[in-house]
Amino acid sequence: MRKWIAFWNILLKDMRSYYLKPPNISWGLLFPLVWVAMFLIRSGLGLEMLPELLPGLVSLSILFGTTSVLAVTVTFEKKGRSFERLLLAPFSLELLMLAKTSGAILFGTANAFVPILAAVILTDLPGMNWAMLIPATLLIAVSSTFLGLLIAVSAREVFEAQTFSNFFRFPMIFLCGLFFPVASLPVFLRPLSYALPLTYGNDILRGSIAGTSLMPLWLDFPVLLGSCALLFYFSINIINRKWIT
Amino acid sequence: MDSSGMEVPAQPTGIGHGEPLLEVADLTKRFDDVTAVDGISFTVDRGEIFGFLGPNGAGKTTTITILTGLSRPDSGTVKVAGLDCTDDPKAAQHMIGIVPDESNLYPELSGYDNLCFCAALYGIRKRERSERARRLLADFDLQDAAGRKFGGYSKGMKRKLTIAAGIIHHPQILFLDEPTTGIDVASARRIRQLISDLNSRGTTIFLTTHYIEEAERLCGRIAFIVKGSIVRTDTVGNLMRHAHGRNVVQFEFSGEAGRACALIGREFPDLICGTVPEGIRVESPRPVRVGPLVRLLEDGGIEVTEARKILPSLEDVFVEITGIEAGAMKQEKERSGGGAR
Ligand SMILES: Nc1ncnc2c1ncn2[C@@H]1O[C@H](COP(=O)(O)OP(=O)(O)O)[C@@H](O)[C@H]1O
Ligand SMILES: [Mg+2]
Repeated sequence: MRKWIAFWNILLKDMRSYYLKPPNISWGLLFPLVWVAMFLIRSGLGLEMLPELLPGLVSLSILFGTTSVLAVTVTFEKKGRSFERLLLAPFSLELLMLAKTSGAILFGTANAFVPILAAVILTDLPGMNWAMLIPATLLIAVSSTFLGLLIAVSAREVFEAQTFSNFFRFPMIFLCGLFFPVASLPVFLRPLSYALPLTYGNDILRGSIAGTSLMPLWLDFPVLLGSCALLFYFSINIINRKWIT
Repeated sequence: MDSSGMEVPAQPTGIGHGEPLLEVADLTKRFDDVTAVDGISFTVDRGEIFGFLGPNGAGKTTTITILTGLSRPDSGTVKVAGLDCTDDPKAAQHMIGIVPDESNLYPELSGYDNLCFCAALYGIRKRERSERARRLLADFDLQDAAGRKFGGYSKGMKRKLTIAAGIIHHPQILFLDEPTTGIDVASARRIRQLISDLNSRGTTIFLTTHYIEEAERLCGRIAFIVKGSIVRTDTVGNLMRHAHGRNVVQFEFSGEAGRACALIGREFPDLICGTVPEGIRVESPRPVRVGPLVRLLEDGGIEVTEARKILPSLEDVFVEITGIEAGAMKQEKERSGGGAR
């Protein structure tokens, strides 16, 4: 019980200090909306293309929403030494990092629902499988957050964390099949695609929205779950080694 | 030495009950080529104020980071209340409070919100958090600033709130890393009073400082730490007794100090005579007889206005034991803001 009081208050503080601040809210709302608009205009195709584009838009919103906040909630607090307070409090490092990331996971999931709701309002999505879409959205948010966490704990400075995360997330737009199928990539890049968890998450989204997944679900879900566990494990390991000197 | 600041009772504070609360054995920590902490051992008793006194770079902060679990020692053991936390720093973290050398609360939160958040980290419920935060803000004269952002506080206010945050979960032992360094004189004095009060209500305190007077006023026992090693640990009383072997008498007079010393040197070759701004000081392994000296000086045409025995200070003891000139510590003091006035 005591631990959960701590967990909840860490989450609440991050919500108040970061996620519910106007710049973050507008970033979280605007970014996905701009992408939706941009794609509709550029493609010139109209709304019937939306089911094709939606999975990529959802993935993108989550990826950018989650990875950009951890540089602040983790790297910045470490730099300002207030993170030491959290490390000194009487609960495990795992619980602490779950508390610090749960805000980003919720934020990423909320971002995902901006393009989803826009799509629901603009068109009817007949083949939508909500029971698959919602867990996939959540798992993509978790894996992207933990990727952001790994980057945030590997960096010493806030700008370093931001640069690192751009280094990952821009190539991921192309590598993870968000808007072009992985099959259209040069052969030598494809192993990279299959090493990135978002490829599997995006594949579930395609399956649940457009009914066109490339890989079976029994592969997508376990790989995604496994990557979450691995990314979290590596992050904890780095904190344990580098922050507790 | 210091006449202005007897805010703490002359009766020594911070004497323990003889029951060990913190036991440290053979602690060593190296950073690349520096041995920051070099095989130190000590015990802090329940109820005492234990002081770590040493110059900058002596290894004080490194010791605190190890004891509180932010850093792992290369060797040695740490026990808090009998619990071995060398390999499991989390084991005792609910019992300890920490006030780091730099205030590290959240600048964007108000004083009140900072305290409530810190209490929540220790699993304290909402109503209780709020009560404790309000009481501490009142005790620390910060009510008026309770709703203001921590980032806008003065240095003294920041340090006070950081101390409040360190004790909101009622720790058994509080670690204070140089609590008055870089703080204005009035705040430093108030902070020492708060530390003393906290101790008299039962909190054991581990304090580091490079102010000799601060250690002397507050601490029941003091460890002198130099270059990562403890060179002596004892009660203030015992440390002073060590210095009582020396006998120093100071003479003040009208006239030239050099000539006075020359006179004394010629007549009493076994006395050591030195000049000080006020006049001269005469030192001897045996008690100094003042009468013959005064007569000698007066016969030499020097009119003596005062002769008094100089009691040894902890500063003298420190200089003698560590070989570090008190001046070196003072310089640091001036550089870092001179809190212990
Ligand atoms: N993280 C670190 N890396 C390298 N050297 C360090 C580190 N922390 C402390 N030191 C060195 O260890 C010694 C003791 O430092 P410290 O414990 O901060 O002393 P104090 O607090 O007594 O001023 C110093 O020589 C310092 O330079
Ligand atoms: Mg220090």
